[in-house]
Amino acid sequence: MTAGLRLSFSGISHKFRDLLALDRIDLIAEPGEVTVLLGPSGCGKSTLLGIAGGLIAPTSGEVRADGEVAEDCLNPLTYVFQDASLLPWRTVAGNILLVLEDHKLTGAQRAARVEEMLALTGLSDFAGAWPRQLSGGMRQRVGIARALAVRPGCLLMDEPLSALDAQTRGLLLDEFAGLIARAGTTTVYVTHNLAEAVRLGQQIVVLSRRPGRVRQVVRIDRPLLGRAATDPDLLAIEAMLWHLIRDDAVAAAREIGDADAG
Amino acid sequence: MRMRGSVPFRGGGFAPRAVPVAGAATLIGLIALWQLASWAGWLPTLFLPAPQAIAIALYRLAVSGELWTHLSASLARLAIGWSLGTVTGLVLGFAVGLFSVARSPGMAVVSALFPVPKIALVPLFIIWFGIGEGSKIATLAFGVFFPTVINTAGAVDNVPRALIRMTQGFNLSRWSIIRKIILPGALPAILSGCRITTSVAIILLVAAEMIGAEHGIGAFVLAAGNLYDTDNLLAGIVVLSMLGLAVSWTIGRIERALLGWR
Repeated sequence: MTAGLRLSFSGISHKFRDLLALDRIDLIAEPGEVTVLLGPSGCGKSTLLGIAGGLIAPTSGEVRADGEVAEDCLNPLTYVFQDASLLPWRTVAGNILLVLEDHKLTGAQRAARVEEMLALTGLSDFAGAWPRQLSGGMRQRVGIARALAVRPGCLLMDEPLSALDAQTRGLLLDEFAGLIARAGTTTVYVTHNLAEAVRLGQQIVVLSRRPGRVRQVVRIDRPLLGRAATDPDLLAIEAMLWHLIRDDAVAAAREIGDADAG
Repeated sequence: MRMRGSVPFRGGGFAPRAVPVAGAATLIGLIALWQLASWAGWLPTLFLPAPQAIAIALYRLAVSGELWTHLSASLARLAIGWSLGTVTGLVLGFAVGLFSVARSPGMAVVSALFPVPKIALVPLFIIWFGIGEGSKIATLAFGVFFPTVINTAGAVDNVPRALIRMTQGFNLSRWSIIRKIILPGALPAILSGCRITTSVAIILLVAAEMIGAEHGIGAFVLAAGNLYDTDNLLAGIVVLSMLGLAVSWTIGRIERALLGWR
């Protein structure tokens, strides 16, 4: 178990030219917990995640990462992207190896980590497959295997299931819950999907429509493992969340043709 | 409106198939027709020599060894001129694609000089580099350099930014990103650019060998043309065409070897 990092966002605002996308966001992602950023499309939640890991410079405000990371951690803040972002010219194993190559590891250590991650994500039989030969769900598994290979202190997941069909999404959601719970890593998970939010979230941060502001924080103090999609308590929370974001979601959907800044 | 009867199929067409045999058959058929027309006396020999006459001219050139003298002189110019233009073009193309310092100045110079007909510069090249090999190689290198720069810069620009962001998210060094993402990502476009620049080089070969060349396919074709020796003129053209086919085949093999992942 890695203890994980505490990620503190203070006064984060972000503008795209004149458009205010995020407005003074304060929140804390506690060590070892899953924080879900939930909101309608265009609310700036992916931007906030980009800021969290240093891929986007905020117009103002600061994100701090404090805490211990594992001895063998190679990249404390690690992303899992919506489209997996695999290199098409590398095999599954090669894509995982990519993130280990820049570090001082022996060839054997690298191979062992790749093998371990392939086994963990059920991809051992596909080590030599090309990304184009994989289904969307498999590609996303490679994405999480690659992320876990660097033993992250914090996982930053940007709608990793949104491009998948409903069945694959359901199956992978269970897998992700298991992987995250076992790794014990601080996780920030961006989604607009309520079922994903209540299945994974220990802290659900509901963001308002543009400009994104923190509307409400909902806590679910229940371990990730053992949460069922049909649990009445979780369904009740899901209904409550829908009630919170419905008006914003409807308004966001009406903004036809608007670029999705989220 | 009332409808009766079975629904007619209307989803066909717009799916042309490649039939390689038909391609070869068309070429052979055209040559056979041409030969027949010559035998029948419909095509005067001076107007257009018969394929048989061209074949005989080629055979004589090959047997006398003249063909190899010309071919080796041309191949050496092509190899040196094309390589010089390609290497320098790749360097500037990558610089334009990667660095702000090089981008605008590089593109301004290239855009201004690319449309200049290189043939018009041959006299200048002769003054600068002498009437020997220097001016011929310079003509080829100049002709290849500009399209290579433009193509390479475009290839670098078209490497998906999502992949670059992904590697930044894993803290890969700048050099690693260039080597492992940008280079392989740009390779397909660079190789198809090579198909164009090798053709450009073969076209310019004839221009380069116009002045002061004792040997070379281009020089041979021009000499035959000046004498209205159309058999040899067309024999030279056939050699140039074969050269183009051989180069295209070679690049195809390289593509298959390097881009197996596609």
